[in-house]
Amino acid sequence: MTKDFKNVQVGEPLPELRLPPVDRTMLALFAGASGDHVPLHIDTDFARRAGMPDVFAHGMLGMAWVGRLVTQWAPQRALRSFTVRFVAITHLGNAPVLSGKVVEILERNGERCARLDVQMANQFGQLKIQGDAIVALD
Amino acid sequence: MIDTKWIGHRFATLRWEVEKGRLRFFAKAIGETRPEYTDEEAARAAGHPSLLAPPTILFSGPLDHDDVPKLLELLGINMNNILHGEQGFEYHAPIHAGDVLEFDGRITDITAKKGGALELITRETRVTNQRGELVGVVRNVIAVVNR
Repeated sequence: MTKDFKNVQVGEPLPELRLPPVDRTMLALFAGASGDHVPLHIDTDFARRAGMPDVFAHGMLGMAWVGRLVTQWAPQRALRSFTVRFVAITHLGNAPVLSGKVVEILERNGERCARLDVQMANQFGQLKIQGDAIVALD
Repeated sequence: MIDTKWIGHRFATLRWEVEKGRLRFFAKAIGETRPEYTDEEAARAAGHPSLLAPPTILFSGPLDHDDVPKLLELLGINMNNILHGEQGFEYHAPIHAGDVLEFDGRITDITAKKGGALELITRETRVTNQRGELVGVVRNVIAVVNR
């Protein structure tokens, strides 16, 4: 987890994280583990009655994956804020590709910080989640 | 249209204990295998008092109290018409297994877009631990699609 933050530069990419395609088991496990029991994510019959072709991934499952991307680049104790916008639904079979880069070095509450642009797309390059994270560098 | 009188509405304080088993289950569900999130001895060796809670865990405390269904009932919204719009966390202190957290949430905004076809409900929740320390602030935006 030790990383030399002295030389972090704007433009530096985060190591990409590629995950296996979303399947029903992942959604069932995440429903139980997160406490999000909304049936749109775990009950196909319910999802179809609601007009969806099938169940789809919880937004917060994607955000948790983006969180892994960030905390593998910087230790979690350095994380100051983490915000995302859910841009599009992540469907079964979508293989998440997590990526990010440093977009700004800034001073925040007396700390030198990096602002990271982070995102989750699928294997076809379709954007699903767009966000940013502020990480303390000192 | 959602009545904007609800802007400023405060929810009752919710209490939530951060449990080891829950953290391990959560780590498994998101594919997190690093030892500080899954192995208590390794977490201690890395300087943590117990397992480290991952960055998005604060979403789960209120969910265990059915905060979303209760919000929808309060505002008269059908569950099938909502989407998660945005989610944000500010971090002020680390969270570990064994912490007992209190969530104090309120509705901070209700905005109509696209002539009322879309309504956005924003909630902000302050989270403190058993020592009274602010550990985080959670911002949540639910989108209501009126069809």
